[in-house]
Amino acid sequence: MRLRYPDTIRIVRVPCTGKVDVLHILRAFEKGADGVYVVGCMEGDCRFENGNLRARKRVAQARELLDKVGIGGERVKMFNLSSGEGPRFAEYAVEMTEKIRALGPNPIKKAKEKRAA
Amino acid sequence: MIVADKKPIEEIIDMIKDYEKILIVGCNECVTVCEAGGKKEVGVLASALRMYFMNQGKKMDIDEVTLERQCDHEYLEEIRDRIDQYDAVLSLACGAGIQFMAEKYFHTPVYPGVNTCFMGVTEERGVWSERCQGCGQCILGQTAGICPISRCAKRLLNGPCGGSTNGKCEISKDLDCAWQLIVDRLKELDRLDDYEQIAPIKDWSTERAGGPRHVVREDVRQ
Repeated sequence: MRLRYPDTIRIVRVPCTGKVDVLHILRAFEKGADGVYVVGCMEGDCRFENGNLRARKRVAQARELLDKVGIGGERVKMFNLSSGEGPRFAEYAVEMTEKIRALGPNPIKKAKEKRAA
Repeated sequence: MIVADKKPIEEIIDMIKDYEKILIVGCNECVTVCEAGGKKEVGVLASALRMYFMNQGKKMDIDEVTLERQCDHEYLEEIRDRIDQYDAVLSLACGAGIQFMAEKYFHTPVYPGVNTCFMGVTEERGVWSERCQGCGQCILGQTAGICPISRCAKRLLNGPCGGSTNGKCEISKDLDCAWQLIVDRLKELDRLDDYEQIAPIKDWSTERAGGPRHVVREDVRQ
């Protein structure tokens, strides 16, 4: 297919989105990520029954916490697609990148730079 | 187990905002099982707090440790050599653990990271409910293994009351009438004769009414 998607994205592979924890998402932001999105299988199609449904809840928890600590919950999002949807994967990558660009950098990065200065 | 619930992060921030170095201490027992104060919750809270204070431009060092228990000397002793490095401790143990920490480390301020709720069970993941109030004089043998002290809103010993309708309590349509459960189970066990026995007035002095309680066992005491 050789589809292009923004090279600002780092892919972290997990065996199932059910493996993704709130802590993984938070640590990414703590380390300076501007946004995190979780891409799981279609709901109802999880090979492990409810891995993607668990991920959805954890993404929601992370959003809530990030809102409360001033980073902004809108920087986290969950997408669902099937493994045959390469073009959609690329579309989501573009959509997320544009959204994060509009939001600007993670405020933690600025705060860290300020402290270092 | 002792069931606790997470405190809102805003409340925690308000408690610790004036310090510069804190230790968040989790507990590997009950609060881990009810997902309020175990290693994972310590990690999530620490990460969120670090981001909050960093974003505010405030200096705040946050370290994490999770002890096997906070209600026993031997595990609390594990942090003795480092406790003085911190301005304060945020404990995610139950109220018993938090207090034992405060007793042991008298000069270190200790704050609660959870709201301790009750002694109960995991009905399903994410749903916990009360089963015991520690009244100090167990009557489960007479009540078919269902406790009217913790599960009846009126703590009736000879129930049900007139507020029991279709097996539900009058305070909530979602709450089973404990006495309905007791009668149903006695019937199932073919022990309805037990229901005819009038329970005598309970000695509440073994409950909280008698003041703070102790159990002293000379046979195991050192």
